[in-house]
Amino acid sequence: MDKIVVEEVYKVFGPTPDQAIRMLKEGHSKSEILEKTKNTIGVAGANFSVKEGEILVIMGLSGSGKSTLVRCLNRLIEPTSGKVIVDDIDITGLDSEALRRFRLDHLSMVFQNFALFPHRTVIDNVAYGLEIQNVDPGKRRERAMGAIEQVGLKGNEDSYPNQLSGGMQQRVGLARALALDADIMLMDEAFSALDPLIRSDMQDELLQLQEKVQKTIVFISHDLDEALKIGDRIILMKDGYIVQSGTAEEILTHPADEYVAKFVQDVDMAKVISAESVMLKPKEMTYYETDGPKTALHKMKHSHISGIFVRKDRKLMGYVSAEDAAEAVKRGETTLEKIVQRNLETVNLDTPAVDIIPLLARLHYPIPVVDENHRLRGVVIKGSLLAGLSERGTE
Amino acid sequence: MEIYRIPVGQAIETFINFFVENFAFATRGFAAVTSTGIGWIVSALMYPPPIVVILIFTILAWFLSKSWKIGLFTLLGLLLILNMQLWGPTMSTLALILVSTLIAVGIGIPIGIIAALSEIAYKIITPVLDVMQTMPAFVYLIPAIPFFGLGAVGAIFSTVIFSVPPCIRLTCLGIKQVPKELVEAADAFGSSKWQKLFKVQLPIAKTTILAGINQTIMLALSMVVIAAMIGARGLGGEVWRAIQRLEMGRGFEAGIGIVIVAIILDRVMQAYGGKGQQAQQE
Repeated sequence: MDKIVVEEVYKVFGPTPDQAIRMLKEGHSKSEILEKTKNTIGVAGANFSVKEGEILVIMGLSGSGKSTLVRCLNRLIEPTSGKVIVDDIDITGLDSEALRRFRLDHLSMVFQNFALFPHRTVIDNVAYGLEIQNVDPGKRRERAMGAIEQVGLKGNEDSYPNQLSGGMQQRVGLARALALDADIMLMDEAFSALDPLIRSDMQDELLQLQEKVQKTIVFISHDLDEALKIGDRIILMKDGYIVQSGTAEEILTHPADEYVAKFVQDVDMAKVISAESVMLKPKEMTYYETDGPKTALHKMKHSHISGIFVRKDRKLMGYVSAEDAAEAVKRGETTLEKIVQRNLETVNLDTPAVDIIPLLARLHYPIPVVDENHRLRGVVIKGSLLAGLSERGTE
Repeated sequence: MEIYRIPVGQAIETFINFFVENFAFATRGFAAVTSTGIGWIVSALMYPPPIVVILIFTILAWFLSKSWKIGLFTLLGLLLILNMQLWGPTMSTLALILVSTLIAVGIGIPIGIIAALSEIAYKIITPVLDVMQTMPAFVYLIPAIPFFGLGAVGAIFSTVIFSVPPCIRLTCLGIKQVPKELVEAADAFGSSKWQKLFKVQLPIAKTTILAGINQTIMLALSMVVIAAMIGARGLGGEVWRAIQRLEMGRGFEAGIGIVIVAIILDRVMQAYGGKGQQAQQE
């Protein structure tokens, strides 16, 4: 279900925003409009939706309008035109008091430079939103402590923000957003000010927390790796326009234009490409119940392969190599029982290529890709993996 | 040929006279109330033996500044004043400073807040402050007389006008300096304007506002001395009298008294303001 729907949102900074939007729709460029009308385009006609419980990452370089766009969602910045609909309520139509109430109930926010109140202790920072809602002090403390525990800061509740490290400060920022029951969390470059190791930890923790709290999260980032890691879906922005949206893999494998392609070219494709997209369809399988070594060997010869997977009860059961099958035929065996290799290592459809590479080096059979029912869906061999990676990397 | 002279002074005089004629009853009433108030404060300060008051001030200075050095200076400084037989004038000067600072802060902080929050108010208030601060202080003494009469209240009126600008300016500055992200955070969590002001903007601006109050006190002190010309008593009155009689020694004694009071007030205020900042950084 769509939690947030953004329709045709424009944000223009300058004296004559309507004129700027008209020119924009007529196809004039951003710099042309700036020159002629002194208007700066922040966001140009954004359309997207965020599903309930998903993490949507809005990504772009600085100046691409992503921070402006996220501020349009809670009207910290007033959109020039367009609609932002949350739970069927058009929040662009709310008056200031209704907007304030709406923010209290539905929207929390985490900021790039933490934006903690320096004159308040950790717990008073976390309890700020509750204090605003006039929750009584006992309950307030209890809920704030709960949030502090969730982010692993128990024991620091009476410290002041500047006594804490950057990572800890942003945990406070996160706890402040979690302490409220708001169902939407806006995170503006929340981890960008942290150093890489801590950033990576925080991303993991956010994902773990999200498993539990299931909020709808809009996450702003300029870091593609971060976007790929935490985003269920990604929106890419440039010069105020949304240039592409989709899952990580969609964006990487089919970049919408040169800009996106450039953006993604440095990504380690192996981390993103899944087994599903590099696997080959299994050419032939042999059936444990009915086939003997002779049939298996015949099937291999027919398909020009040096080994074959064995199926039993519609499930992947094992693997037989050509050598073993030939030996068995010589010995006169009629079943696969003695030569089938059981307990194969398998990967799932969404296993990233980077995790398949070591398996390829270690195992002497093609890597079977199975679905949740342990049915064989494909095989990955060195050639298919490398082809898959290089093809997408240069597309 | 005679050049037409624009009647600037005349216009201002007419303007002020209009106010005097129509509002003097109100200002005179205010003057009566204020003057009684000042009378009470002075008698309260003069009632106990000076040594008791000195000890109370010493402890207060020590406690507020958390520094024994400032406490010791207060003790020795006030003892010197007592020894120079300037106790009475010093107490009336203190009373004048206290009342005018309270009025200046009471007017200055709200105006500073308005200037910080409204761009239009800011554009109106700033040039007015510029004029108030560049106008020679003596000029304020003149309209003080018709409105409030000679004496303490007229002195307070001109002192407030002279000393309120830094309080307004620094309150405004302090609030404007609150980082944008913190204001956004307050908004994003659904704070009302008042909640934002009292829970975020004012506490964060506190140090700057205290610096403004400190400047206001210092300006009040200097103006209270000048205001002796319209009959305010106190240390300024002593200096004024010494000038008229060419008593060089007496003049300097009163001057030293003023310096001592100024140092005590300044150090205590600074230490107090600094302490507030420290608590956040500890």
